[in-house]
Amino acid sequence: MPKELIRLSNCTMAFDDEVVLDNINLYINDKEFLTLLGPSGCGKTTTLRIIGGFQMPTSGDVFFDGVRINSVPPHKRAVNTVFQKYALFPHLNVYENIAFGLRVPRVEEQKNEMGKVLSRRKVKLSEKEIDQRVMEMLEVVNLRGFEKRRVTSLSGGQQQRVAIARALVNKPKVLLLDEPLGALDLKLRKDMQNELKRIQKAMEITFIYVTHDQEEALAMSDTVVVMDGGKIQQIGTPEDIYNEPKNAFVADFIGESNILDGIMRSDGVVEIFNRQFACLDSGFEKDEPVDVVIRPEDVDIVPENEGQLKGTVTNVTFKGMQYDIIVDFYGFKWLIQTTDLSPVGSRIGIKIDPDGIHIMKKSQYSGMFGDYSSYSEEYEEISDAAYEPGEDGQEDGDEK
Amino acid sequence: MRNKLSWFSAPYVVWMALFTVAPVILVVIYAFTAVPPAEGFTLDNFLRMKEFAVVFARSFRLALIATFICLLIGYPLSYFLAKEGPSFQKIAMVLIMLPMWMNFLLRTYAWMSILENNGFLNRMFAALGIIDLGNLINGGLNSLCASLNEGVLAWLNARLGTALLLSTDRATDMTYFRMLYTQGAVVLGMVYNYLPFMILPIYSVIIKLDNSLLEAARDLGASSARVFRKVIFPLSLPGVLSGVTMVFVPSVSTFAISKMLGGGTKLLLGDLIELQFLGGAYNPYLGSAISLVMMVIVVVCMYVMNRFGEGEEQAVVL
Ligand SMILES: Nc1ncnc2c1ncn2[C@@H]1O[C@H](COP(=O)(O)OP(=O)(O)OP(=O)(O)O)[C@@H](O)[C@H]1O
Ligand SMILES: [Mg+2]
Repeated sequence: MPKELIRLSNCTMAFDDEVVLDNINLYINDKEFLTLLGPSGCGKTTTLRIIGGFQMPTSGDVFFDGVRINSVPPHKRAVNTVFQKYALFPHLNVYENIAFGLRVPRVEEQKNEMGKVLSRRKVKLSEKEIDQRVMEMLEVVNLRGFEKRRVTSLSGGQQQRVAIARALVNKPKVLLLDEPLGALDLKLRKDMQNELKRIQKAMEITFIYVTHDQEEALAMSDTVVVMDGGKIQQIGTPEDIYNEPKNAFVADFIGESNILDGIMRSDGVVEIFNRQFACLDSGFEKDEPVDVVIRPEDVDIVPENEGQLKGTVTNVTFKGMQYDIIVDFYGFKWLIQTTDLSPVGSRIGIKIDPDGIHIMKKSQYSGMFGDYSSYSEEYEEISDAAYEPGEDGQEDGDEK
Repeated sequence: MRNKLSWFSAPYVVWMALFTVAPVILVVIYAFTAVPPAEGFTLDNFLRMKEFAVVFARSFRLALIATFICLLIGYPLSYFLAKEGPSFQKIAMVLIMLPMWMNFLLRTYAWMSILENNGFLNRMFAALGIIDLGNLINGGLNSLCASLNEGVLAWLNARLGTALLLSTDRATDMTYFRMLYTQGAVVLGMVYNYLPFMILPIYSVIIKLDNSLLEAARDLGASSARVFRKVIFPLSLPGVLSGVTMVFVPSVSTFAISKMLGGGTKLLLGDLIELQFLGGAYNPYLGSAISLVMMVIVVVCMYVMNRFGEGEEQAVVL
């Protein structure tokens, strides 16, 4: 039975009347790897800062191990942070950066059986102990031999690892990581993801990890918290989040999704484009309008006359593992991933298994995501970005 | 790669050559030239400087005291200022800079009239009864010292064969405090005039400190005092060093301040040099030698200090 370690209860955060976090309710279990995932500005860092003690929620409570810690300052929390921009001490070398937390004298309390504090004394670690733990940590993050180096002379990935070592060396109960891999290239990122996961397992520390990279979140976490606009959109395991997104925002943010308007005709039957499809969802009212999510990899391409829907391929992009093709069905464009090439202009049919269809309740996000009509234009827009609007006007003029 | 000076820098090169390099060369030449009617190369000018050792010592002592006081006032001021809101900071900065927009001599004259025997401060002290209080305290101290002299000290002197005596002639009939024409007034003048040069560099370093560094230190368990000692202060050292330089150098070579606030009886280096060039002691050869020695001492001091603070300096630049 997992033990609850941290709880945010009705936490709201406002800066000058601008609500940045809106009534967040969240609990985090001991030894859990929990990820806060969301687009830029959705309040991930703010949530982390509330847990770290750098910000007090405007309203609501923060509990640690059942104790309310709203007004406990950061240096008295059993939490350490890996900051978004590392925040290494430039005047100290690698060794001293990592040793910083160990050199702080700790207050040791002696309590009687009733939990009443009998005495307090300051304890300092011996140099030998500090040395041993720093060296141990350097081993863990693969930076042996770097101890005398200035942190400013390190590469981004190395600084990153110093920041992680500096936080971990204190053996905190909880480690907060704010987009720690943001500055790394893809290869190093993947390595560090595995490394962090390994460290978390080995040291049995609760990780609260912030990222806006959905792949990273799915790959590393026990629990993913999807946020947008200061609100939690969904909490669940990576599988839950991917397979059972709660609304169009989550479906769109996690992986690629075709999101269509549908009507629930009865349990297990949904109507899209006036055709009925079998699905596994139930519990909706009869004839309730819903959002239907179909993942690009869940669509089977079949000869046109065998398909449940028939459409025309309008765009093909080679992606290495597969082709991303855009198919026009009655004016609505879908993204489909396939390993067989269907050339642009060809007519195809598709089939969808019942477990490839996921039904969601309508939400504020309905109709905002999941339409790939602008897919090809998106690419053109990017390559045309350097053109001045004035030039377009001229072309128009020529055509007339 | 050739390091060619562009034509655009020509005016500055000419300017520097004319007004910085040439005068220094002249000073060096003069310093090693014998005083007419004698001729040729000589070290006499430097040998004569022994006579002025006391002036050197006094100048460096007063400049050091002034620098130290500036640091004592300037650091906390910069530190707390940097924590205030931006509009408060702007106003405070203007107030700190404001006196600098006025002529240096005017500012010092103002201090003269404030410190005078029947100047503003003394009249205020008299009105508040502080001068009478001073007389009273002096009287009390006198009688305390007298009884100590007769008691403990007399006993000690008899035992140890010494002749220790505490002074008992503190003035008890003062009508004013003597403030003008004291070394204290000279130090005050230096502090007042050069304090902004201490505040500005320290402030600009502290204001640029990355707040996430302070948060990181707190996060790692450091109390506020420890954050200051281990992070803020070391990272602000470059500002302190340039502040110290910018106060110490003009303080050690100042001349008007000592003349106006110190009464001109206890010479400082600046006065001494001025005297050799413009005053009755006209001897530009000796004056050049003194200037040269002073410049060398200052440059060496600064070099040593900057070597000492180099590590931190780099840290902040990066
Ligand atoms: N101190 C502050 N004062 C005013 N607004 C703030 C402050 N800190 C954060 N905000 C606002 O709160 C919102 C959420 O910020 P936050 O830093 O939590 O986002 P984030 O999810 O971490 O984004 P990113 O992925 O870009 O780091 C933003 O709109 C931001 O402008
Ligand atoms: Mg952030």
